[in-house]
Amino acid sequence: MTAAGLFLIAFLASPDSFAWLFSPMTRNGAPAIYTQTPLWSLTLSHLALVAMAVTASTLVALVLAILVTRPSGREFLPLARTITSVGQTFPPVAVLALAVPVMGFGAGPTLVALFLYGLLPVFENTLAGLTNQPARIREAARGMGLTPAQRLWQVDLPLALPVILTGMRLTAVISLGTGTIGSTVAARTLGEVIIAGLLSSNTAFVLQGGMVVGIIAVMIHEGFQALARLAARRTG
Amino acid sequence: MTARLDRPGLLFALIGLVGLVLPLVQFKANRIVPGDGVSMALPLAGLLALILLGGCLRWSHGLRLAAALAGLGTVIAALGGTARALMADGPALARVAPAAGFWLLLLAFALMLTDAVTRLRPALHWRWLMLAGAIALVAMVLSTGWLDQVSVMREYAARRDAFLREGVAHLYLAFGSLGLALMIGLPLGVAIHQAPSARGPVLSVLNILQTIPSLALFGIMIPIFGWIAANVPGAAQAGIAGIGVFPALVALFLYSLLPVVSNTLTGLSGVSPATQEAAIGLGLTRFQRLTWVLVPLALPVLLAAIRIVLVQNIGLAVIAGLIGGGGFGTFVFQGLNQTAMDLVLLGALPTIGLALVAGIALDLLVQTLNHTTPRPA
Repeated sequence: MTAAGLFLIAFLASPDSFAWLFSPMTRNGAPAIYTQTPLWSLTLSHLALVAMAVTASTLVALVLAILVTRPSGREFLPLARTITSVGQTFPPVAVLALAVPVMGFGAGPTLVALFLYGLLPVFENTLAGLTNQPARIREAARGMGLTPAQRLWQVDLPLALPVILTGMRLTAVISLGTGTIGSTVAARTLGEVIIAGLLSSNTAFVLQGGMVVGIIAVMIHEGFQALARLAARRTG
Repeated sequence: MTARLDRPGLLFALIGLVGLVLPLVQFKANRIVPGDGVSMALPLAGLLALILLGGCLRWSHGLRLAAALAGLGTVIAALGGTARALMADGPALARVAPAAGFWLLLLAFALMLTDAVTRLRPALHWRWLMLAGAIALVAMVLSTGWLDQVSVMREYAARRDAFLREGVAHLYLAFGSLGLALMIGLPLGVAIHQAPSARGPVLSVLNILQTIPSLALFGIMIPIFGWIAANVPGAAQAGIAGIGVFPALVALFLYSLLPVVSNTLTGLSGVSPATQEAAIGLGLTRFQRLTWVLVPLALPVLLAAIRIVLVQNIGLAVIAGLIGGGGFGTFVFQGLNQTAMDLVLLGALPTIGLALVAGIALDLLVQTLNHTTPRPA
């Protein structure tokens, strides 16, 4: 894990010193390393895009999930469940393509598609976390004389945190991969490297773009899993 | 008095009323320039407003369902009618594309319909009938030709053969990769169930495969299969090639392996020890236990994997369009390149439709099986 992270940092800091690794995959003397835009800057803008989308969708999904589980929002609960399961069958690429007419080319449609697609896992998991609590915990909280707001902040949300983090993990990993497709609508992401490789039949480009995204995805996956374990241990 | 109002209904009415204010369609001089918004005929708009406001009352669920269907029908009829009226005296190159108003109204009534169906809680066979009815209704509306003047249908008319070809390619990609994944993944799942020491390595390799972005995995397949076709005797004759549908098929297959293998394992591990011992006590051989007892009991979990894989692959197959693998993605990326959004819709809408139908049908299948398979206590 640490080794993969160090390799990634070394590669992004000085891609040229890894040219020997990728040069066997080029043909006719094509460049082995993508130099049109520095790889580190593409990585940063890719991560920024994903981070923005995940933060936004987490916040909105959390608020919505809390609203539909309050007594006043109960009426929306069955509908919300159906929309979540139906919404997840929408292909992310199609959502991305459909956002283009509304938003134009650039980072906008990618952000919207990632945001919309990211809502569902967090919403579904928060809902599961808030509604599947054992009855005895509910009773205990009531017995302690907690107000509904106190119960939400001090009991329900902390207990649901590991499940919420799992939802965020799914969202982040999906967004990271889907974000590469954003480059087909001119967003600045690592997909740019992969697409350049596809257009010029340069496997080295495809591989280095995929490799950077892959390593980051594994690191995010592990990171969120560690956080979820930490949260689970804290609540016991 | 407000307490007597139906609050989900209020939400739908709000969405729908915004949709009524916004233009129903865009009237464009040709397929790539932005156009002028055109609103719906006033009587129809009034009718829709009435249905939307009526939905806020505490109607019975059946009435709500009928109202939602009537609303959807009116919106579709208005779209087709407006397009016909505009195109009747418009230039041949002009296009009438559905605009924000249409999509919001469609959303409002689709939500109303979903809400009504959810609250009706129909029996399983009714839900199957509803799915079949919905598909038949869409097919019927399209075949009447009422929508033929709408831009998406004009794009379809211009490339009917290509649409059919890419549709078949899309289904081939989605179902072919699923078939391959079942052929390889099921035995693999059974094998790692029997040999627990292999579980860790196999699952972690499959996990790493999932982290490779789809765009890159599709791209990497091209040179690999190009090399195999050029250097392995007989490979090219067997249909293996670095271009076309083959790399896309294999990339989708690789993504499908993890859900199939891990769900097979979960399903087999979920069979209770008592059942297994009963099977041993009956004198069944290892193979008989597997095929007569374990696999049938693990079937619902397996079907869940098939649902995940099929829905995921229908969506991911769009990316095949980018590497010349065919499928509806071809239209999506052609459209994006030409900034012709009607062409993007021609690729995206059938993909969404396929994914929806596949997802709902398999959900129903899982529920049907759960009803008929007696679960061991």
